[in-house]
Amino acid sequence: MTNHYNDLQNCDVFLIMGSNAAENHPIAFKWVMKAKERGAKIISVDPRFTRTSARADFYTSLRSGTDIAFIGGMIKYILENEKYFKDYVANYTNASFIVDEKFDFNDGLFSGYDPATRRYDRSSWSLKKDNNGLPERDLTLQHPRCVFQLLKKHYSRYDLEKVSDITGTPVEDLKTVYEMYSSTGVKDKAGTIMYALGQTQHTTGVQNIRTFCIMQLLLGNIGICGGGVNALRGEPNVQGSTDQAILFHIIPGYLSVPQASLKTLDDYLKRITPKSADPRSANWQQNYPKYAVSLLKSWFGENATKENDFSYSWVPKIDDGQDYSVMTTFDVMWDKKIKGLIVIGQNPACSLPNANKIRTAMTNLDWFVHMNIFDNETASFWKGPGMNPKKVKTEVFLLPAAASMEKAGSMTNSGRWVQWKYKAAQPPGDAISVGDIVYRIMSKIQDLYKKEKGTFPDPIVNLKWDYADEKGWFDPMKVAMEMNGRFLEDVTIGGRTYKKGECVPSFGLLQADGKTSSGNWIYCGGFTPDGTNLAMRRKKDDPTGLGLFPQWAWVWPVNRRIIYNRASVDLNGNPYNPKRPLLAWVDGKWVGDVPDGPWPPMADLQNGKYPFIMKPDGVSSLFGPGLVDGPFPEFYEPLEGPLSKNLLSKQLTNPAIKLFSRSCDPVAGCDPRYPFVMTTYTSTEHWCTGGGTRWASWLTEAMPQVYVEMSEELAQMKGIKNGERVKVESTRGSLTCVAMVTTRFRPFKCGDQVIHQVGMTYNYGWLFPKDCGESANLLTPTVGDANSMTPEYKAFMVNVRKV
Amino acid sequence: MVDTSLCTACRGCQVACKQWNELPGTKTKQTGTYQNPQDFSAFTWKLVRFAEGKNGNGKPYWYFFSDMCRHCMEPPCADTIQGLVKDGVIRDESTGAVVYTSKTKSIPFEKVRSSCPYDIPRQNLKTKVMAKCTMCIDRIKNDRLPACVTSCPTSAMVFGDRSQILAKAEKRVAELKKNYPKAMALNPDDVRVIFIVTDDPEKYWKHASV
Repeated sequence: MTNHYNDLQNCDVFLIMGSNAAENHPIAFKWVMKAKERGAKIISVDPRFTRTSARADFYTSLRSGTDIAFIGGMIKYILENEKYFKDYVANYTNASFIVDEKFDFNDGLFSGYDPATRRYDRSSWSLKKDNNGLPERDLTLQHPRCVFQLLKKHYSRYDLEKVSDITGTPVEDLKTVYEMYSSTGVKDKAGTIMYALGQTQHTTGVQNIRTFCIMQLLLGNIGICGGGVNALRGEPNVQGSTDQAILFHIIPGYLSVPQASLKTLDDYLKRITPKSADPRSANWQQNYPKYAVSLLKSWFGENATKENDFSYSWVPKIDDGQDYSVMTTFDVMWDKKIKGLIVIGQNPACSLPNANKIRTAMTNLDWFVHMNIFDNETASFWKGPGMNPKKVKTEVFLLPAAASMEKAGSMTNSGRWVQWKYKAAQPPGDAISVGDIVYRIMSKIQDLYKKEKGTFPDPIVNLKWDYADEKGWFDPMKVAMEMNGRFLEDVTIGGRTYKKGECVPSFGLLQADGKTSSGNWIYCGGFTPDGTNLAMRRKKDDPTGLGLFPQWAWVWPVNRRIIYNRASVDLNGNPYNPKRPLLAWVDGKWVGDVPDGPWPPMADLQNGKYPFIMKPDGVSSLFGPGLVDGPFPEFYEPLEGPLSKNLLSKQLTNPAIKLFSRSCDPVAGCDPRYPFVMTTYTSTEHWCTGGGTRWASWLTEAMPQVYVEMSEELAQMKGIKNGERVKVESTRGSLTCVAMVTTRFRPFKCGDQVIHQVGMTYNYGWLFPKDCGESANLLTPTVGDANSMTPEYKAFMVNVRKV
Repeated sequence: MVDTSLCTACRGCQVACKQWNELPGTKTKQTGTYQNPQDFSAFTWKLVRFAEGKNGNGKPYWYFFSDMCRHCMEPPCADTIQGLVKDGVIRDESTGAVVYTSKTKSIPFEKVRSSCPYDIPRQNLKTKVMAKCTMCIDRIKNDRLPACVTSCPTSAMVFGDRSQILAKAEKRVAELKKNYPKAMALNPDDVRVIFIVTDDPEKYWKHASV
């Protein structure tokens, strides 16, 4: 989240789209209701009327996978009706920047596309710089090649009728949503986006979020109280795990993962460190060498020296351009190229697309280690439906793990709050924390390598691995301090001397010369020099009255509760919204939240800086050349969709997605055998695949068995009655479940076509309870977003029939 | 007070009731609704009822009714039980809580059930003891809120002194009427658990109101 959970109470208009917050973030919804009590309006846009929709002021539906068309239409509406926040757009975004002449967009394709590789040469997607290296700008926004005009041109095609024909949303409803939401494009109103996996789990997932960003920037809704683009993360610590680099493209603190072609530390640092010639741009990423070197010092301790490039050569590198996503990993496993697998607290046999393929691929493993608090369909894959245990060669180890309340540590919520929690109970039986399991395994590996050497022992034997307490147990506090970082020798900065061993109190003090360590620069500052853990703070003072609670726990970065907050003030540092002054420049200093940098307001031409300090140009990107599939979001149909034509261009699906072509991964778009759009989701009562919650009798009592929701119209057409058993099948798999015939799904009228959509939860699996039914992921396709490889769980095609 | 206009049907209350009162999860089946268990039982004293349909504009509605004993001002079930067996029911003076005792096992269940206008009482089929919400009298007497109330994320349920709750209900209904002309409190003079609805009560549940 750019903002944080209880800041939702400051919002005036909510657009909840791609999130079912009331069901999947029930506690967060407390703040939404609080805002509603104050008079805020809630808009719910969802293919299905949900428990969120039930509390909304306005509900409308859209066909799964058509979000870019829906929001693209809103961008057009905002621009053409001049609903945008002019000062904000001109000063704080790249609207005024001039785009390279070679950049072009034609019938669904941006310039530079190579159909053979399905990749873009992005060199023409650039912003022009003058002879001094400064961006060329036209602050009147009239230049035909400025971002603002190109944006206007791009979305001019997204007219109401066309958007309605694509999305199936009635024109009147589109108008209502556009009008309600764009009312926040003024100084004293805030609009927020609440989204979740309903936006990300598409082949255009990242671009879905980009459309939100563009819309929010046009309305001046970023960096303000009650605004923002707010990803509601799922598992309570999923933000923390992302921060610690659970994904394959990053290392801790969102630094890029080193690639094989970047042979030296210098090569790597050059690649990750953007340059800006503009003295008014803070270009914070210019500090990345400090963070990368401090990270290497954290990993390899004294063994990382200036002479050995701080051990950069020991860091594993990814092959250039290779994706290491879960779908690809299991694809390679299918091909028998992976021998061993460790899965921690996940249930891929039920959670990954085309689960039959996943389960079969696992039989190719020699060994498989699973850590969990319960048995699940993944741990027991070898005895699942259709498996002959005698023929599965895989040796499986199920290690009993401690549950979250049986261990101490930090949890980072969606709002970036790092909150320390305490162990409440002893884990049962032989269960120990995953931290302990991993710590012991790696210690043993280190011992073995020390004893027996090996092909390349250096990274392992030289790894700093000293996170046990005096009794040999994994010590989460030691890890937290390591993440924060320490001074490794006495260092004097700005007249103050920090002693060797003291915690570094801010990432502004990290060094690129090996004198500091930090396992994750964004967490640097969570400890004071004397080692006080600020994540343990529980003070409820709220001096601004805006719900910032600056002394409750600690928030990355540097306890800043709302990021990009200097965009909430005008050029003179006066809050745009005096009713909710997040920040103000008073008597030569900032008052309110921790500002995004100490510099004075931009009216100070000498020392003022642009507010978007993490962007090299200092402003936010309406034109965003960093993604692989286009600098402006463009609508494409899902890989498996109901239509044979994209009404906006000749390009039916996202041209930059990776296609999986094995026979086990068939695709059946616009196929009469699979005529209905399917979307998958979760319920309040279960958590993800239900691997934990299905064992809780009160929850299974409330949501006992798998079901498919469908409209009364579809049920009538197929002769299905509510509560009857039906078969749901895609070209990849099938399952039987209970039909839930409901008024909450309605057929879509897309042009002259009527399209039916159905939906089901993926909360179930064959293991327990025995009669609960199978995973919806037997049906889903192996395909992901072009940038992130997040699977397209939200839109694909099925058939439903009576059994 | 149970304000259905704030309820998200998360069913935290339904589970919290079972947790505090040590009631088991029963074996259920999916029958084509989110509502489960289908009805009250000796093991389910708090139940979120789901009701859906289409509004005049063709758009869906989905109403949630977190059903429970109303702890009536003049509880007819208590009269019935008292008429049949001594000490079968306790009426707590300070709270008005109506609590059944194990002596209810000796009397005809249907007489008690049919005396309740809200169809609340249920019977344990094995022990024959009758059961329903106790207002968490054990918690209240120890200065704690009822379990269901503590679990509610949106404060759809609040608990307090009757005069304050009545004033709150009146104020809330007046606010809601601006957008929902049919908003009302259900039987506020007769019950201690006051529901607030924004549409005809029978659209929520046939026994929502008397």
